[in-house]
Amino acid sequence: MSRYRASRRLPVIATLLVGLMLTIMPLPESAESFRPDWMALLIIFWAMQLPRTWSIGTAWVIGIVLDVSYGTLLGQHALALCVLAFITVRFHLLMRVFPLSQLSATVFALLALYQFLLFWINGVAGVTAQAVDYWGPVIAGTLVWPFLYMFLSGVRYRTHAGA
Amino acid sequence: MVASRGNNSNPARIPALGIRVIVLMLVSILLMYFDHRQNHLDTVRKAIGVAVYPLQLIVDAPVRFWEWLGESTTSRNELQLEVGRLKAERLLTNARLQRLTALEAENARLRALLDARTRVRDEVRVAEIMAVDANPYEHNLVIDIGSRDGVYDGQAIVDADGVVGQVISTGVMTAQAVLISDTDHALPVEVNRNGLRTIAVGTGEIDQLDLPFLPNNADIQTGDLLVTSGLGGAFPAGYPVAVVDQVTRLPQEPFADVTATPSAALDQVREVMLIWSAPTDEEQ
Repeated sequence: MSRYRASRRLPVIATLLVGLMLTIMPLPESAESFRPDWMALLIIFWAMQLPRTWSIGTAWVIGIVLDVSYGTLLGQHALALCVLAFITVRFHLLMRVFPLSQLSATVFALLALYQFLLFWINGVAGVTAQAVDYWGPVIAGTLVWPFLYMFLSGVRYRTHAGA
Repeated sequence: MVASRGNNSNPARIPALGIRVIVLMLVSILLMYFDHRQNHLDTVRKAIGVAVYPLQLIVDAPVRFWEWLGESTTSRNELQLEVGRLKAERLLTNARLQRLTALEAENARLRALLDARTRVRDEVRVAEIMAVDANPYEHNLVIDIGSRDGVYDGQAIVDADGVVGQVISTGVMTAQAVLISDTDHALPVEVNRNGLRTIAVGTGEIDQLDLPFLPNNADIQTGDLLVTSGLGGAFPAGYPVAVVDQVTRLPQEPFADVTATPSAALDQVREVMLIWSAPTDEEQ
């Protein structure tokens, strides 16, 4: 079994921190509904690339942090991210050989599932929101994905993150 | 399952994946249940909130730096103009305040005559809004003071022009507030002109409120000022909320279609005031 050194985890942690900052960064009112789910995208990428180190547990912790900074129900984003990470890890070998177009389609489906879970929990808890608040992030996230993928691959191989 | 040996970073099987995900999902559901039903998890929330606070500060920093830069590079000329303007404004406000003091004294006298309790003046404190975006499903904002400064859940927030919202969750150093334009927010108001009481509900649009419970024959017209009625207990009475901008009466509908524009510029405020009012002073 390979041993992971702390320095190899740093790049991943750095991307997660930047992602969290992008998540809580203020946007103009009109663009707010189209903020990509940065944390979901990052979880998909890292769970796909390094499923042994960064998978369900990481996703859950990040979800709790998101819940606290959003003020949503504690466990809502944790649950949704957990499911997302599980599916990604389950199919990570398949997803790695997908061409980028097919991978983007998969990411679209995953993001839609993520938003559906959030929508479902919101419904149970009695939180109402407009449809654009759910679809906006899915569309924006899918559009951002190819660029994020190339950027993160660069980060990964340049820093030998977690390898 | 295909096992790709010889490449350690490509494990085909992750051990105990299913069990882990089920356990974590159950934990999440339990957390949600307890969070929704009771407020047992407030301390957990606050503890994690302290950990997120530095990140919020970092995100907030560029905006603050930009403002500081703008302030420190304004020319002397502009500053003098600004000072002149502020002095004139202060003079006007002071003049109005003098009348207010007299009116307050008169009000207290009349109330004494009527045997009603006198209203205690509300304590206020200025808070700055952090340039941090929170919940995507709600219109809300984060302010830079929290339970350390005595902020409590349900506290009313106003700006110079009117009611902004109320605190929904308090961290140690920050607090989250929901705006009155949020779809889940309803505010007891009364028409300043005639005291007609109703409820203003958020629409999800930042510049619009809805008054859904007014019958067709209600005495309301465009331009009416709505103020807080103080009935809900959360907001002290008498703060301006919105101005009615449209009244549509449809004979076949039981209720009139009335919308109003919030007096406070909800998406432009940078500084707000938090109000401490003792709930016992709310008479009625």
